Amino acid sequence: MSIRLPSALTPEGTVTDGSGPDGEETKRSAVLEAVDRFGDYWMLGVFVIMVLVFGFLSPSHDLFTRASWLNISQYAVEFLLLAIGQTFVIITGGIDLSDGAVLGFTGMVSGVVMQSLLNAHTNVTLTTVAGFATALLLGAVIGFVNGYLITRLKLPPFIVTLGTLTAIGAGATPLINGGNEVINLPSQIGTIGQTLIGGWIYVPVLVAGLSCIFMGLVLHRTRFGLRTYAIGSNGMGARRAGIGVDNHLVRVYTISGLLAGLAGMMVMANFTDASPLAGQNDELNAIAAVVIGGASLFGGRGHMLGTVVGTFIIALLVTGLVLVGVSGSWQEVATGVIVVAAVAGDQVRLRLAER
Amino acid sequence: MNVEGDSVSNEPPLVQLRGLTKSFGAVRALTQVDLEVPASQVTALAGDNGAGKSVLIKTLSGLWAPDSGEILWQGHPVHLHSPKDAEHLGITTIYQDLALCDNLDIVQNMFLGHEPLRLGALDEPTMEIAARKTLADLKVTTVRSIRQPVASLSGGQRQSVAVAKAVMSKARLVIMDEPTAALGVAQTGMVLDLIKTLSDQGVTVLLVSHNLNDVFEVADRIAVLHLGRMVAVGPASSFDTQVVVDFMTTGRSTRFSGDERAADLQN
Ligand SMILES: Nc1ncnc2c1ncn2[C@@H]1O[C@H](COP(=O)(O)OP(=O)(O)OP(=O)(O)O)[C@@H](O)[C@H]1O
Ligand SMILES: [Mg+2]
Repeated sequence: MSIRLPSALTPEGTVTDGSGPDGEETKRSAVLEAVDRFGDYWMLGVFVIMVLVFGFLSPSHDLFTRASWLNISQYAVEFLLLAIGQTFVIITGGIDLSDGAVLGFTGMVSGVVMQSLLNAHTNVTLTTVAGFATALLLGAVIGFVNGYLITRLKLPPFIVTLGTLTAIGAGATPLINGGNEVINLPSQIGTIGQTLIGGWIYVPVLVAGLSCIFMGLVLHRTRFGLRTYAIGSNGMGARRAGIGVDNHLVRVYTISGLLAGLAGMMVMANFTDASPLAGQNDELNAIAAVVIGGASLFGGRGHMLGTVVGTFIIALLVTGLVLVGVSGSWQEVATGVIVVAAVAGDQVRLRLAER
Repeated sequence: MNVEGDSVSNEPPLVQLRGLTKSFGAVRALTQVDLEVPASQVTALAGDNGAGKSVLIKTLSGLWAPDSGEILWQGHPVHLHSPKDAEHLGITTIYQDLALCDNLDIVQNMFLGHEPLRLGALDEPTMEIAARKTLADLKVTTVRSIRQPVASLSGGQRQSVAVAKAVMSKARLVIMDEPTAALGVAQTGMVLDLIKTLSDQGVTVLLVSHNLNDVFEVADRIAVLHLGRMVAVGPASSFDTQVVVDFMTTGRSTRFSGDERAADLQN
């Protein structure tokens, strides 16, 4: 059996034949279709089981409290925002390894910008707006550059975004503000992070939720969404159908960068500071969330609801392990295992489908 | 050298190739190819492996510019710099490796690239109605649901979807490269019926096929390429299987009984 690499590992457009078996009567058995359908929804079951297990294992059932929900939802915000962009990227058959680094970098740059504006006695509201604009714009620009390099130089998304991750995460971010956290921020930033709506929803959670709904509609109800699937399903076919594949991909990576910039601001609001450590390794969690949610690294598959559930599975895993007293490195091990398991599941599904 | 068919009507052919030449380095893929494709007919393009059939249709679909020669569309010279140009004229090519997206359903595939919108979102009801109608017009009746992913379709059904997509985009000329190559008997019959329905509806078809049974079943006219040269063109009735095989393998046939020279002189 030959091993197929996800197209993220090869230059865009080279593995995307996808014409599939053309033989006589390629009927798929009912069993296969059931496996396929199950493959889309198994994570809902996993989520429920996790809630029950952690809920009853945790001392005095801490998981079923408002405090625990606030905790988990707040923790999930950054992964959710990154995972939304990652969903689009992965459906095109690509991958964005840079989004965690972009989160940290845009947060730091925005923090420094706001700090200098405050030092120059600029109006506080204006400063906050400038901070948001900086992060979103910078994120979008970095995403655009990723997309540009991937499509114009025909470089694999894996390599390009790994390069961006290294250049920004390991190179640029630690240089900003001498590698120190920026704590002199407009008070509104902290207010955003601490304001509870109706006692249950923090503003950043609301922002992430609304982003999710909006981008979910874009993915599942618009031309842009349909073409995102088409490109991941059969890049050559999409091109022949008259779709500007390269421009579309650039837009997808730009969206991913923009959402990483937004995530940078939300993390800043949660912690009321801009930290050079923010977002580190987040990309893996975001990718895991998307794949657990039913997306395929081979492209063409995935959906927004799955990504939301996938994100909460990851968030629940980490907070749940804390609740039941497992800590530190073991959480990382558990996340790693889940990522590998999800990708392995994706592979198995593909093999079954190819038989 | 070139022999032309019975295009007696004074309407110009839908497409006309004149002296088309295309090389890849030292390889001469097409040499001075002339061909007329009359409207609303099925023209079959035959030829052995490497004869230049795929190169010819790729030139016609705007993928490759010819080194020399010209393409006339309804009598007017056209320059096809990209597949978009060809599509604009109404030329749709259905390739050997189908250009369908496995993960998308039939409706989505048919509208990909031409999606109708309503209030910024995909207009699903309109898409479904039009898709259903187009498939019915083409007498495609075997698909269970137009909302099933094309990955679950048989080879013949996939061809049907590709053709329906072409019809949907108002194609005037549908070029099909080996549409029956991977299909069994029943599926082949289905695709051939589809081709007949297409031409009944006034769509012009240029069919590339190795399978001479298929060619004789659906073609109004036959053109044979041999080593990049057009060695015979004429109404299907002026050929039989042996003659086509002769032309395909040797580039000549002693038994060819066309009156094609006369038409050739008219040009
Ligand atoms: N992109 C290319 N680069 C170089 N040579 C090419 C290219 N495409 C085709 N050729 C050459 O042009 C000639 C004609 O090829 P073409 O693919 O048109 O043959 P064909 O008639 O379609 O054959 P088949 O029946 O096998 O599909 C061959 O010698 C082929 O090697
Ligand atoms: Mg060919």
